[in-house]
Amino acid sequence: MASKSINITLKIWRQKNKDAKGQMETYTLNNVSTDSSFLEMLDQLNEQLINERKEPVAFDHDCREGICGMCSLYINGRAHGPDRGITTCQLHMRLFNDGDTIYVEPWRSAAFPIVKDLVVDRSSFDRIQQAGGFISVNTSGRTMDANAIPVPKVNADKAFQAAACIGCGACVASCKNGSAMLFVGAKVSQYALLPQGRVEAKERVLNMVRQMDEEGFGNCTNTGACEVECPKGISIENIARMNREFLKASITSEK
Amino acid sequence: MKLDSKIPEGPIAEKWANHKNNMKLVAPNNRPKIDVIIVGTGLAGSSAAASLGEMGYNVSAFCFQDSPRRAHSIAAQGGINAAKNYQNDGDSVYRLFYDTIKGGDYRAREGNVHRLAEVSGNIIDQCVAQGVPFAREYGGLLDNRSFGGTQVQRTFYAAGQTGQQLLLGAYSALSRQIGLGRVKMYHRHEMLDIVVVDGKARGIIARNLVTGEIERHAAHAVVLASGGYGNVYFLSTNAMRSNVSAAWKIHKRGALFANPCFVQIHPTCIPVHGTNQSKLTLMSESLRNSGRIWVPKKKEDAEAIRSGNLKPTQIPEEERDYFLERRYPAFGNLVPRDVASRAAKERCDAGFGIEANDTNEGVYLDFASEIRSKGKQAAFAKGEHSASDERILELGKQWIGEKYGNLFTMYQKITDENPYETPMKIYPAVHYTMGGVWVDYNLQSTIPGCFVTGEANFSDHGANRLGASALMQGLADGYFVLPYTLSDYLANEIRTGNISTDSPEFEDAENEVKNSIQKFLANNGTKTVDYFHKRLGLIVWNKIGMGRSEAGLKEAIEEIGQLRDEFYKDVYVPGDANEMNPELEKALRVADFIELGQLMAVDALHRNESCGGHFREEYQDAEGETLRDDENFKYAAAWEYKGNDATQSVLHKEELKYEAIKIAARNYK
Repeated sequence: MASKSINITLKIWRQKNKDAKGQMETYTLNNVSTDSSFLEMLDQLNEQLINERKEPVAFDHDCREGICGMCSLYINGRAHGPDRGITTCQLHMRLFNDGDTIYVEPWRSAAFPIVKDLVVDRSSFDRIQQAGGFISVNTSGRTMDANAIPVPKVNADKAFQAAACIGCGACVASCKNGSAMLFVGAKVSQYALLPQGRVEAKERVLNMVRQMDEEGFGNCTNTGACEVECPKGISIENIARMNREFLKASITSEK
Repeated sequence: MKLDSKIPEGPIAEKWANHKNNMKLVAPNNRPKIDVIIVGTGLAGSSAAASLGEMGYNVSAFCFQDSPRRAHSIAAQGGINAAKNYQNDGDSVYRLFYDTIKGGDYRAREGNVHRLAEVSGNIIDQCVAQGVPFAREYGGLLDNRSFGGTQVQRTFYAAGQTGQQLLLGAYSALSRQIGLGRVKMYHRHEMLDIVVVDGKARGIIARNLVTGEIERHAAHAVVLASGGYGNVYFLSTNAMRSNVSAAWKIHKRGALFANPCFVQIHPTCIPVHGTNQSKLTLMSESLRNSGRIWVPKKKEDAEAIRSGNLKPTQIPEEERDYFLERRYPAFGNLVPRDVASRAAKERCDAGFGIEANDTNEGVYLDFASEIRSKGKQAAFAKGEHSASDERILELGKQWIGEKYGNLFTMYQKITDENPYETPMKIYPAVHYTMGGVWVDYNLQSTIPGCFVTGEANFSDHGANRLGASALMQGLADGYFVLPYTLSDYLANEIRTGNISTDSPEFEDAENEVKNSIQKFLANNGTKTVDYFHKRLGLIVWNKIGMGRSEAGLKEAIEEIGQLRDEFYKDVYVPGDANEMNPELEKALRVADFIELGQLMAVDALHRNESCGGHFREEYQDAEGETLRDDENFKYAAAWEYKGNDATQSVLHKEELKYEAIKIAARNYK
């Protein structure tokens, strides 16, 4: 498709630091190529702001190909913007029209405090992972041959689909309860579906859920917004699996 | 300075085993008294931090991202090699070793590469034990595919997200150690200098990227796993914030930097679209298992395509030039990356490029044949022996979707074209850097106590890396090499006691960092950091890219020198030191990229031969293949820093010895 140039108005959340009071600011940006990605458009805005001796907008980003999970942004009221199955860095300006006003906000959740402008602190996800998101195997390279335990392809595929989570936090940001159950459910499922992960399955789900609650994430009420906005298409089936694992573990755990 | 690679004596297959038996150990009760700093949390860094934490060392790990899981290893797509021979197609440790040395165009160290091949199988075992969900066959066993430069199937993968799955595996192991309190994680922290006390690496200066605070961190050893420097080109497949600064800082403090001109330009990336573009996106090499690369045979057809009057699907089979299959029948579309990239450039330079951008640079990667043949197979497997054409295509597309779905979606989002229906347009882009900090067999740099692993070092890939070998090296270094070699070094540190951060060396390093920050903030120039970075990128891409010439390199040295002066005079960095300031971060990185860029040109100019990714136009054979000069250049070029003018850098040579492999012309025909 031929590229063209559009002029847009941006309403962007600006906040000096975590303690400061923030507000929406308005910017106009002209000559945005529709071939640009959304973040390239923000680069262009920042170039303009710097040249005007104004402070550029801080936003998280790194790989710019939808896999590192660093970029975020609530765009026109939707996590990662209007397109489906992508991250903000994969969103392209061809989805917008000349003259559009675009609202850009950070993830909003009690468990993701704002660091600056559009940057939020997602270290709560790391702490959940540290509480149990692993298999306790030390580095030796000599556990057993990788092909010693066959894994049914369907389970391996499901484990992979759950493991495809990039930890961006769109699920939390989209959830009216600020729940992290899609994120935690995906990690619990990945290991629960693999024979290597079954050994610690009970402790894992109990520890991860406990940490999730301590971080202040809300509960799941089966709205399904997380699944819709997840850039990696993680299914809420994983939440159901986590609930089953949790129930089973709560009843049968020896602790 | 005499370079000692410390390669152990003995036959190639016994070197590592013997070395391990003879290295010193640190007893478990002594390990908690020893501090280790690890910079970077990609495959090499996370695996090292997890392993050393498990062993009981007191580890601090640093990453500039908001979480260790974001490191750019996460973006590796295609796979990881291992000499498991699960496919029974004749693979072995020796063959993986041989393919890697040959793939590197005989400019890598035999000892290191053999060790890499030896531990490759352990990596897969380790990852499976950690719960990495590799692709499997219906029988439940692990699946493999082919990568460039090999004639066996030894690549393990997880769809087009292998790097992600491996990194999350290492991250889970690291998270476990953080949870147990054995690793202290510093995220959103960037190393800005190394501190050397009495000739040994004793710590780092880091900036807290949220508060801007400059911090001192002491340790008995420092490990750099800070990745490659592809972003010197501005446009590359690297993450936006990947940079050379950690490696460059130790270079400035005495670590030699080897083979900086050995850069991998990957053949299958999405072509450049415009001037506001911020990065390039890779389409995995694994696609060359199923895709065939071509351009039209007739220039008129190429022109018609560019002007939009002809579609690739309208060009009949006999009017297409499958140039890799034509030139390299033995390896076909799966020749190594440098070879494939040059071949694409040759066709585009000759006027057959199909992309309608400024340079007409683009070739097709076509999946139509594969869709048809896999569709037929799938139909047969379902018992549909006389399936209709439509049904065959449907099943074929399904098969492709399962194998490469995420890549096809990525492509469609960026280009707005559907690769299931029309061939992908691709062109080479900067992807990986073989050069890096010079290290010995123990992965130690020329600064005692400073070790360098993964892409940040130079040791394993020679002048060209084979696909699916970067992940292998990162994890090999972190899980299976460093824990031994670092312990050997640390065995002499058990009586040292705590390292103080109050020494004058820490004081000086901190002041230098603070001064350079203040200088940028007070500069009040007129141009943004990106303005300079983009200009640097164009110089290095045009003159130290796929084709290099003496005249071009001399110009590059000159132009980069001018750019450096202009940068310091005229760059404008907004904001303050004591806050989150991404522009300041960029300025500090670009300052190092500029110096590195000039050294790359110096290195490329001195190497009067072509090898792997280093193609000097003066040195090619009649068919346009690289012409090595083994008599004069069979060495690693390790440069010593002598100030910010790279022409003053001093060259040290490490002669490469080929004892297990007979050195020969590289042939993929």
